[in-house]
Amino acid sequence: MADFDFNIDDNVDITDVVCPTTFVKAKVALEELDDGQILAVKMNDGEPVQNVPRSIKEEGHQILKLINNEDGTYTLIVKKVGD
Amino acid sequence: MAVDYATLKKGGFMRQKQKNNFSLRLRVVGGNLTAVQLAKIAEVAEKFGDGHVHLTSRQSVEIPFIKLDDIDEVKAALAEGGVEPGVCGPRVRTVTACQGEAICPSGCIDTYALAKELDERYFARELPHKFKFGITGCQNNCLKAEENDLGIKGGIKVKWRESDCINCGVCEKACRTNAIEIKDGKIIVDESKCNFCGRCYKACPTEAWDTVHGYIVSFGGLFGNSISKGEALIPFIEDKEKLMAVCDAAIEFFAENANPGERFKFTLDRVGKDKFTKKILEVYNG
Repeated sequence: MADFDFNIDDNVDITDVVCPTTFVKAKVALEELDDGQILAVKMNDGEPVQNVPRSIKEEGHQILKLINNEDGTYTLIVKKVGD
Repeated sequence: MAVDYATLKKGGFMRQKQKNNFSLRLRVVGGNLTAVQLAKIAEVAEKFGDGHVHLTSRQSVEIPFIKLDDIDEVKAALAEGGVEPGVCGPRVRTVTACQGEAICPSGCIDTYALAKELDERYFARELPHKFKFGITGCQNNCLKAEENDLGIKGGIKVKWRESDCINCGVCEKACRTNAIEIKDGKIIVDESKCNFCGRCYKACPTEAWDTVHGYIVSFGGLFGNSISKGEALIPFIEDKEKLMAVCDAAIEFFAENANPGERFKFTLDRVGKDKFTKKILEVYNG
């Protein structure tokens, strides 16, 4: 993640849960943050990376980047919008 | 007076095992009923039936145990709640639909509006055999479009809009058909792989896609005594006028070519799918 210029305020790992808990866990983590803060969400390839970014977008948050960790996981960088 | 079962059946009165009892099929469009309609249906089922209703496999409601002598009274009572009998037999049947884009986040088209339009255009139209329309909003296919004589599936045709793209990479992963490749910050869509699901556009944080919401139409599906999947014989349809012209042409072809009691699939098999495809492509290109 060193290549990207984001100030990560918090991290959440959702690789240990399955749909629909993946999104719920990310959502709960976002709720802890303040408007404008940035969360890094680590998720598995496959269904999570196909669906979680869109669900977070539909909640109104701003997606900045999806980073391929090259180990079967991805990290989604999300800026929280609203309280 | 002899009972005219054909007329009764046309009006949605399905003969039951129990003599002089009918299961009354109601006209439901796109699977939606208002609370007022539901209340009236409940009242009629209590008063004239045995207090229960049956939900059919194609989104209709039937009220069983209606007595032959009560038919006029039942029809009048239902009319007060904006409910009317449906149809059975050799004609255009209930137009079914999923909730579509008006309700469902996955929907690509307004399925209910389209169901109403098709219902107004064709409902109960007499044909050589039954003819079913089904409308599903997206590739998830909750409404099983290809089971129908004519199935309509919503889709979104996408074109990348570079100026709004933040290069986040979400679309490449959202795509389930591997149609998207990101190369040197450019997004390349392989149109031969795109199935118009619209997931790239829906997942995109900036919606950096120009989109056309349209229709994938399949012909000749059936799922009864014989089972066959409807086939999409023509390309993606980009506007509703063209969709309606295609539906008109398909129904005309069926009316002109089908033998009595022959489903659309078997007409296509007998007369020739090529002949039908040629005709429908003329309309598509016309």
